Amino acid sequence: MQVVFFIAALTAIAATVRVITCANAVHALLYLILSLIAIAVDFYVLGAPFSATLEVIVYAGAIMVLFVFVVMMLSINDQTVKTERQWLKPSIWIGPGLMSIVLLVVLAFAIATGNSSAELSSTPLSAHAIGANLFGPYVLVVELTAFILLAGLVVAAHLGRPQPDSARHDAERGKIDVQNR
Amino acid sequence: MMIGVSDSTFFSALWQGAETIIILLAVVIASALLIWLERRLLGLWQDRYGPNRVGPFGLLQVVADMIKIFFKEDWIPPFADKAVFIIAPAVIMLTTLLTFAVVPFTETIDVVNLNIGLLFVLAMSSLGVYAVILGGWSSDNKYAMLGGLRTAAQMISYEVFMGLALLGVVMLAGSFNLHTIVESQAGLWNVLTQFPSFVIFLIAGCAEIHRAPFDLPEAEQELTAGFHTEYSGMKFGMFFVGEYAGIVLISSLITVLFFGGWLGPVLPGIVWFLIKTMFFIIFFVLLRAATFRPRYDQLMSFGWKVLLPIALANIALTAAAVVATS
Repeated sequence: MQVVFFIAALTAIAATVRVITCANAVHALLYLILSLIAIAVDFYVLGAPFSATLEVIVYAGAIMVLFVFVVMMLSINDQTVKTERQWLKPSIWIGPGLMSIVLLVVLAFAIATGNSSAELSSTPLSAHAIGANLFGPYVLVVELTAFILLAGLVVAAHLGRPQPDSARHDAERGKIDVQNR
Repeated sequence: MMIGVSDSTFFSALWQGAETIIILLAVVIASALLIWLERRLLGLWQDRYGPNRVGPFGLLQVVADMIKIFFKEDWIPPFADKAVFIIAPAVIMLTTLLTFAVVPFTETIDVVNLNIGLLFVLAMSSLGVYAVILGGWSSDNKYAMLGGLRTAAQMISYEVFMGLALLGVVMLAGSFNLHTIVESQAGLWNVLTQFPSFVIFLIAGCAEIHRAPFDLPEAEQELTAGFHTEYSGMKFGMFFVGEYAGIVLISSLITVLFFGGWLGPVLPGIVWFLIKTMFFIIFFVLLRAATFRPRYDQLMSFGWKVLLPIALANIALTAAAVVATS
């Protein structure tokens, strides 16, 4: 199973690199989906099948569809790809590169000094155990997430509300004025 | 053969492999034959013949269609995004066929007995959306694009109701494992205890595989052929067979989740499974023959304003019933 883990991990890294370097936005998103699925495979191998499928359902299946949905609306042609390539000139890699190196050093330090006994578990984590944890010790986090989602829902309902009649009349009158001018 | 692996495990692995290939072939062939079955049944219900020329009862019509489609030019429009254009039809076949891996045909006939089987089904169906969206986008054609956009909205929405409807079944069985779900129905089929779930799953399943009356992504009168307008040859064939594989899939899932799968008296399990699945396949064809296509806003508001509240109420009631009886 370790071989599977490392193949999936390497796929995830390679796909993620392509997400950043790809000039075509839709192709970049496809690589991101691939990366998420590879991470789901890793979750599965590590003994968390429930998280693995949720990763696919929620991230790869729902959130990324919305991303693709929006990016589809932008017309991507050779011109936009060229502009994107220009933005990716070597000098812009310096800042993010430095920050990533700092993170890498910290991570390497943590792995080297920390408790490295983590290994592939043979007993898969059941959905029951995750549910008991979520609604036991972590119930506050679940409630806070619900708050955020509710706020998002209220905002969406506000933005999508039908316009009152008077506002619509104003808008139409404005249009006529512009035309008359 | 590896050292230390006994003969029996080797042969069971071999049998497992053979079983997988048999199931795969059976599903693909059944989906192809379904095209003939649908046209004949539509003919019957609409008082005309349907294809009856090629072979006995027109059965070889599928072979003729296959030969035609293989020899057609597989044209990729010069303005299309080539890589994505090729990937899109492969995605729908892959996700649909992969889902069959967790469907238990009988107690012993299945590809894998996965403890998260039902979640795997939902994961694959949520990835299936990409086939249509990417097909629509990469064609760089306004009809294809509009078809793709409609599908994205339709499938994401109906996935929600599908998942919520299934929660009731999961609560009664206490497991995501499809085998356990079938066995939990030994006394009483889920369709009796979870009737609202069944209706929602039927409707949402129909929307997921975008069959009539939910075939808005490819509404001919408005969008020529929707997301696969630019597709030809075998790539079109894959979208087409993928749709029929979807019908087989949703029918077998309804059988497993609500109608006790292989459970039944006297006859062997596989026969019961096939009878029940066949019933729903024919029901889907009848649905196409008998219903009209709703307007797009009607489709969306029906989902969010009718199905969602019913699904949520069903979950609350089922949870209360489970707690009360345990």
